[in-house]
Amino acid sequence: MTSVLFIEQLLNGLQFGVMLFLMAAGLTLVFGVMGLINLAHGALYMVGAYACATVANYTGSFWLGLVASLVAAAVAGAVVEILVIRRLYKRDHLDQVLATFALILIFSEGTRWLFGSFPLFLNVPDILSGPIELPGGLLYPLYRFALIIIGCLVAIGLYLLIAKTRLGIRIRAGESDREMIAALGVDIRLLYTIVFALGAALAGFAGGLVGALQSVQVGMGEPVLILAFVVIVIGGIGSIKGALIGAILVGMVDTMGRFLLPSFFQLFMNNSDATSVGSALASMSIYILMALVLVVKPKGLFPAHG
Amino acid sequence: MDKFDREKALNVLIALSLLIIPFIAIEMDEPFYVTLATRVVVFAIAGVGLNLALGLGGLISFGHAAFFGIGGYAAGILASHALNYEPLMTSLFELNGTTEMLIIWGVAVVASGLAALIIGLFSLRTSGVYFIMITLAFGQMIYYFAISWPAYGGEDGLSIYVRNKFPGVNTLDPINFFLICFTLLMLSILLISVLKNSRFGAALQAARQNDERLSTVGIHPFKIRLTTFVVSAMITGLAGALYADLNRFVSPSMLSWHTSGEIMVFVILGGVGRLFGPVVGAALFILFESIFGGLTEHWMLFLGLVLLAVVLFARGGLIGVIAGKTRHG
Repeated sequence: MTSVLFIEQLLNGLQFGVMLFLMAAGLTLVFGVMGLINLAHGALYMVGAYACATVANYTGSFWLGLVASLVAAAVAGAVVEILVIRRLYKRDHLDQVLATFALILIFSEGTRWLFGSFPLFLNVPDILSGPIELPGGLLYPLYRFALIIIGCLVAIGLYLLIAKTRLGIRIRAGESDREMIAALGVDIRLLYTIVFALGAALAGFAGGLVGALQSVQVGMGEPVLILAFVVIVIGGIGSIKGALIGAILVGMVDTMGRFLLPSFFQLFMNNSDATSVGSALASMSIYILMALVLVVKPKGLFPAHG
Repeated sequence: MDKFDREKALNVLIALSLLIIPFIAIEMDEPFYVTLATRVVVFAIAGVGLNLALGLGGLISFGHAAFFGIGGYAAGILASHALNYEPLMTSLFELNGTTEMLIIWGVAVVASGLAALIIGLFSLRTSGVYFIMITLAFGQMIYYFAISWPAYGGEDGLSIYVRNKFPGVNTLDPINFFLICFTLLMLSILLISVLKNSRFGAALQAARQNDERLSTVGIHPFKIRLTTFVVSAMITGLAGALYADLNRFVSPSMLSWHTSGEIMVFVILGGVGRLFGPVVGAALFILFESIFGGLTEHWMLFLGLVLLAVVLFARGGLIGVIAGKTRHG
């Protein structure tokens, strides 16, 4: 019985991790290529979730909703890049932080204005509802299982995009030498817009997918954004591989910490104390992990530039 | 030198008008504005703390809400123990809570300083974008800890039923509490001004501009930065304790990253690195909040637009616009 629960929690951790990867990949890509720290990435996640919920509730099709989440976030990303972000590449990080913090305020209040303060609900599509029987007789929610598969597919797709396509070559070239690829005749402004929109689309897609598990509401992107920061600090800012490993590490540590720490403290405390100490420590666990990684490797596990 | 004198004159003007406003409010029988002015002063102290790290040291801390909140919780926890007559600890020796502001401030300052020492030891190993994200992450860590730790109210926060005491002053009178806060604001600005012009301040600004050169003259930039970070956190922690007393309430929202962002906004709106920048920034913020907050519940949207415009088009903040550029940027 406990081993079944254990495996289920491991899968939950994995599912959380791959969704974090979708968020972290865009953040780390934008930082790697453009040197920009983007706090508004969580707002794009929220845009994706709202687009998915609205379209899915209107048309009755979850899949159309998912397409909408991708499109809406990519469009929002491209517009924001052209209007605001473009002016920030040459600025210092302080200006970038403040301007993107301002964008969060604008996106959050704008969404509240349009949709009100009440959360929207998004149902799991019928074919993905219910459990799946895994080898060994373990029953696991099919939707969560599908999220793991989708997350892995996106990771592979992103790898192929960056390693095998012309766009990928340009992205990698942009990471190592901006002036040179501009000199070689690549339209660097267009490239930046595409990279930003790609990152936004990934975040929006994650928002749409996760929206079916939780309620869709204003501010939903912010906790995820901060976790994504922790992920890319652990993985090494600018490294996609680091983002993947960091995301799964954070997903696992967070989920398993919440699952195991309270029962661990029950070994030598009474129940209610153990629960409060355990859950308080569990909420800190990933930050402690981050601190430990930084002691050993101040530039993260996979430093992107040398 | 002309521009410098202009900034000094402006500073005196700012301090005097801030001091006069509550008295005018009392004359006009509008005590609400005394509270509003006190809010400005308390936020300004928090900003003065951050401005030391951010403006002079170039340390972009996105986690100062942690120190603001720790200061607040120090006040809340000590006062709640004293008011409920429960000792803080009984095991080694009995330690009681207190409602004396002077002791509370001391505890708040020491606690936030200690937190900054630990956070700084980790985060100052890095720089640039890493430092921003790590301070943000540590701030969130303390936020989530406060939410999931049930002993002091958890998510609901903690009420202080009666405002704490200050020897010889009736703190329940809003104007007296304002004057206490105002004095502390002036003292903290004085401290920054002394620090800025000291050898320490010179080393700190050198560390911001060029690490290697500072190391070659035999000064360890890490120690300078860590000291700065701790002092900066202590000032912000003191502001947190005052904020708790002003609202008679502490909650995890004091620790949230929005608070960190807002403290940063005070510094930026006024002008980074300016002595009175945070005062002007906090005043603008409160003014904006009370004017637009009265018109629409979506005032944060307009705050975002204004902030965006300031960052994109008016670098240097309001003091920068009025008093001109500093000699070195």
